[in-house]
Amino acid sequence: MLLTATIKFGSLLNALPGSVAQGLIWGILAIGVYMTFRLLDFADLTVDGSFATGAAVAVMLIRAGVSPWIAIVVAFAVGGLCGMVTGLLHTTLGIPGILASILTQISLYSINLTIMGKANQPVVAQEGKYLLASLGYVNNKDAFVKTLFFVGLIVGLIVLISVTYWFFGTEIGQAIRATGCNENMSRAQGINVNFMKVVTLMISNAFFGLSGALYAQYQGAADVQMGRGAIVIGLAAVIIGEVLFGSFCAKQKMAFWYTLVSVVIGSILYFIVYATVIWLRLPSELMKMFSAIIVAIFLAIPYLKAKYTKAPPVKAAAAPVPEKAQEEAKKE
Amino acid sequence: MSEYMLELRDIHKVFNRGTINEKTALCGLNLNLNAGDFVTIIGGNGAGKSTMLNAIAGVWPVDGGQIVIGGNDVTKLPEHKRAVFLGRVFQDPMTGTAATMSIEENLALASRRGKHKTLRWGVTKQEKELYRQKLSELDLGLEDRLSSKVGLLSGGQRQAITLLMAAFQNPDLLLLDEHTAALDPKTAAKVLEISDKIVEKNKLTALMVTHNMKDAITHGNRLIMMHEGHVIYDVSGEEKKALHVSDLLKRFEEASGGHFANDRMMLAN
Repeated sequence: MLLTATIKFGSLLNALPGSVAQGLIWGILAIGVYMTFRLLDFADLTVDGSFATGAAVAVMLIRAGVSPWIAIVVAFAVGGLCGMVTGLLHTTLGIPGILASILTQISLYSINLTIMGKANQPVVAQEGKYLLASLGYVNNKDAFVKTLFFVGLIVGLIVLISVTYWFFGTEIGQAIRATGCNENMSRAQGINVNFMKVVTLMISNAFFGLSGALYAQYQGAADVQMGRGAIVIGLAAVIIGEVLFGSFCAKQKMAFWYTLVSVVIGSILYFIVYATVIWLRLPSELMKMFSAIIVAIFLAIPYLKAKYTKAPPVKAAAAPVPEKAQEEAKKE
Repeated sequence: MSEYMLELRDIHKVFNRGTINEKTALCGLNLNLNAGDFVTIIGGNGAGKSTMLNAIAGVWPVDGGQIVIGGNDVTKLPEHKRAVFLGRVFQDPMTGTAATMSIEENLALASRRGKHKTLRWGVTKQEKELYRQKLSELDLGLEDRLSSKVGLLSGGQRQAITLLMAAFQNPDLLLLDEHTAALDPKTAAKVLEISDKIVEKNKLTALMVTHNMKDAITHGNRLIMMHEGHVIYDVSGEEKKALHVSDLLKRFEEASGGHFANDRMMLAN
């Protein structure tokens, strides 16, 4: 009995590196979700389409003999175009954000089928080339290949996180955060909020495209369905990261940098939970429902907290606090 | 070039045109402001006071007329492009600042109002020194809290910061839209005092909407009364200083046939 349990636990441990790799690749997507959902306050469902679009574009390019490096750059750019479509539908045509993103997502389904020619296209390394990600690297007997893959992914993510951190500290990034926080104030301060929305949607969807391009290589195929529910996984990663590391991140000097890291860790944890669910022989077809329930619960918590904790009376809150302290200081 | 700092020429605005909720908000509104004018605006509910400020700021396009600020015709400019000429403070202390951003970041946004946004870092070291100095002039102890999130501050503190932001680039025109109405009396008095100080120090041209007639008389150099979307009374200088609340009430009653007796303006005194 004990022996079989040990073997079984061993199988979970065996699955862990794969979960970490998946979590890192989806972590790119989660960073994009953080940008739109948290910084811009925009529920962008384009991701379900643009993730698969990035995958489709990269796979078809690699199959045509293009370098995987160029393929992911193109997937990044095409993802950005998907975000631009959503942004323009919303800002220039006045379509509500969530609906605009659904319209883009639905049309991307057709576009992805057109790009691939059929619902599923496998990808293998072409002669003399290598894929940038692969399940084969994770299970590789050669420790060097395995290490190189993980170190490469982690370094890549740190670079992405650092660039994101820098960008949102610049004048444009600050204007984007202001737009997400308070549109009236932003317009009063001369910020073109429509422009900022389109820019953010382009960047986040470029991240989605990149994530999809890597994930297709990892699983060895692009599939027209692979983006389904991506937004929920991305949100789950964001929320797991915030719940577990939120207070730690807030204390750091570069709080936003740590927050982005915690979002990626949230993504890794999500896939470890997923592997555990499968290991426990729980019905894995329920996983998406579990994810949705987890996201719903954690999105509801701040709302319910605000509703049922007594808010301080408005007038007491409106009085400038330090005034009294100053008066007392003067007396002394 | 126009000699006035602000010119409103025959402004018209109707909301919900053609529906059961149709409301004529501005109707043949004319107003000229000299540079340095500090004008208080009073009038009943629905007289068009806030609507006038929103028309100037470009929250929506007007149906007719022309708006000229500092010699620039801004009638067709969108809100964010007019911002370069304007400083605005709103009734709700939450509206004027970004709660999730720090004090220094909010001020940095104001110091870049109307300027092309680049990929340069959002707040520089030299700026922080300037912000600290400007905040210390408010005398609210905010100069040591540059990196605090604005959402942690009280309504009065937020309104004071919004004022600082509004005046940051010496705008052609400062728009104060009942900016003390949501504050308790003591805080309101403090924020009004800061407003006076900022207007005076920077020699700003300002429009201040208020429901408090006493404030309307004691602040500024000119007072206008609005009714049904246009100006019905315009008084300045010595004549304004000599006004009493009872004079204004009488004017109201004349204009509206006694309706103002029930207005909340009465209660505001």
